[in-house]
Amino acid sequence: MSKKTFTVTADTGIHARPATLLVQTASKFSSDINLEFNGKTVNMKSIMGVMSLGIGKGAEIAISADGSDETAALEAITSLLKTEGLAG
Amino acid sequence: MTGILKGIGASDGIAFAKAYRLMEPDLTVEKRTELDTAAEVERFRAAMKKSESELEVIKEKARRDLGDDKAAIFEAHLLVLNDPELTGPIEDKIKSDSVNAEYALQETANMFIGMFEAMDNEYMKERAADIKDVTKRVLAALLGVDLPAPALIAEEVVVVAEDLTPSMTAQLNREFVKGFTTDIGGRTSHSAIMARSLEIPAVVGTKNATADIQNGDLIIIDGLEGEVHINPTEEVAAEYKKRSEAFAKQKAEWAKLVNEQTVTADGHHVELAANIGTPDDLAGVKSNGGEGVGLYRTEFLYMGRDNLPTEEEQFESYKAVLEGMEGKPVVVRTLDIGGDKELPYLNLPHEMNPFLGFRAIRLCLEEQDIFRTQLRALLRASVYGNLKVMFPMIATVNEFREAKAILLEERAKLESEGTAVAEKIELGIMVEIPSTAVIADLFAKEVDFFSIGTNDLIQYTMAADRMNERVSYLYQPYNPSILRLVKMVIEAAHKEGKWAGMCGEMAGDETAIPLLLGLGLDEFSMSATSILKARAQLKNLSKEDMEALAAKAVTMSTAEEVVELVQSIGQK
Repeated sequence: MSKKTFTVTADTGIHARPATLLVQTASKFSSDINLEFNGKTVNMKSIMGVMSLGIGKGAEIAISADGSDETAALEAITSLLKTEGLAG
Repeated sequence: MTGILKGIGASDGIAFAKAYRLMEPDLTVEKRTELDTAAEVERFRAAMKKSESELEVIKEKARRDLGDDKAAIFEAHLLVLNDPELTGPIEDKIKSDSVNAEYALQETANMFIGMFEAMDNEYMKERAADIKDVTKRVLAALLGVDLPAPALIAEEVVVVAEDLTPSMTAQLNREFVKGFTTDIGGRTSHSAIMARSLEIPAVVGTKNATADIQNGDLIIIDGLEGEVHINPTEEVAAEYKKRSEAFAKQKAEWAKLVNEQTVTADGHHVELAANIGTPDDLAGVKSNGGEGVGLYRTEFLYMGRDNLPTEEEQFESYKAVLEGMEGKPVVVRTLDIGGDKELPYLNLPHEMNPFLGFRAIRLCLEEQDIFRTQLRALLRASVYGNLKVMFPMIATVNEFREAKAILLEERAKLESEGTAVAEKIELGIMVEIPSTAVIADLFAKEVDFFSIGTNDLIQYTMAADRMNERVSYLYQPYNPSILRLVKMVIEAAHKEGKWAGMCGEMAGDETAIPLLLGLGLDEFSMSATSILKARAQLKNLSKEDMEALAAKAVTMSTAEEVVELVQSIGQK
């Protein structure tokens, strides 16, 4: 399993469009991908799960991937978070 | 089938197109035991697949026809549809409880909807609506019924519906919806008002439109005669083609008057203004030569949503209208909610007599937060044009004084915060309650103007509910009692050097216009599409002659006699 932590930098947090992009990206991979925030873990391929966390600016989040393409998945997600200015 | 339906012509013109039934299908779910759970899961997956391809098509169509913004909502729906946290539990439930897919879907979706609705974040609450929409689509696929998608109509159609709500109307694409017909409604119902503001022909109150018309039937909507022809014969179609051309020709003739002032045959000027519901209606006001906005119904800002509009949202709308009218007068009516216009999110108790109940200014004076927010938005917007503020449903002088005091308080607050407010903003009232008409002379000392709201004034004077078809014969604009009240109001205004307008349906009515001119009305506010026709009519009338006509009309005993009198003038 691979795991990475980030701090959310987007003013609006992970809402609406950012959440859509994250879920779309995660769904491209076969690995199980989870998003952890504030002691809660959700399936990152679930839009309702991701949004239900209500992640705001400054939040510390952890993303983990487990499966055959876990490295590629984490790389793609990291690059998305950076290029969209969501988290670092 | 073929045939003719009779209804009420709610908006002029003739439309000829295929029928599009805008009906919510029955999506009632029954719980069944399904022992072959594997087959049931397969059936569920097939419905999901069907829904997904439908959504893909809708999304692409929306992107192409309406832009990325409108397509984004369907993007969100696709994500919800494919959400493993939604689909997983549904499949589990089918297997573990041996229930049918419809039931498992509904139970699971309701759990999520409840969860999102309970969050105290507006954005998250709206996601509940996405889940509801997606659930509906999959349910429809499971049940084998079609869902209407009015936003995506991309060919010329006539919409057929039981009734058209504001949110349904908002989704209609003006380019392709050529007309509509409904089962219920009258000349002053929401659907009729919307038809006139969209400038499309409509026949409402046909009782049987949805029963008799199928998708794809050829339909003629005759908004002039209030008739709907279903699959007409070639002769009828040809006849309508002629009439439609004649109407277009007539309109082209009227269109020449678009930049002219409204001057009577003997040189008196009156103002022809438009009734609008949203800033989008301004285009119609301009193309029809409106000399102002005589009634801006602000309640549309509050409808078709789940919460109150913010001060900022309101400010933007008011500013857009004031700027758009480029210094011409804009009479904004403060929130008129209650009666037939409900706001579900205010959770107002159901009333036995909503038209006589807690509505309009009565509600605003009680729920002052709502009222003050609107007034602040209006005051801030006032510097962008010629704003006049009008309070609806005023029954007593005290109500006006109280409303005015609140407005002045908000003005003082804004000014002390350093926000600019126009120096002079006229304050007026709608005259729609007989008590107010009767003491118009006393009101005239305190208000800057009157605008007579005839739709309600008539129903309150005649004590006849305008939504009740059995007493619709009492809806008599030409009844001498109404004419006398109108006369009192206009005379009271003029005695104090104030102006009097009218913003009810009567102001644009061919038979009423000669009488109103004769009674001295200063401003006629009507559906934008009626303006040019009224201007053409007024050009040929002499005010002096109409004064004599009106003086005689108020001495008649019945509405029928008044109509006869007016028609006798026309024949000379």
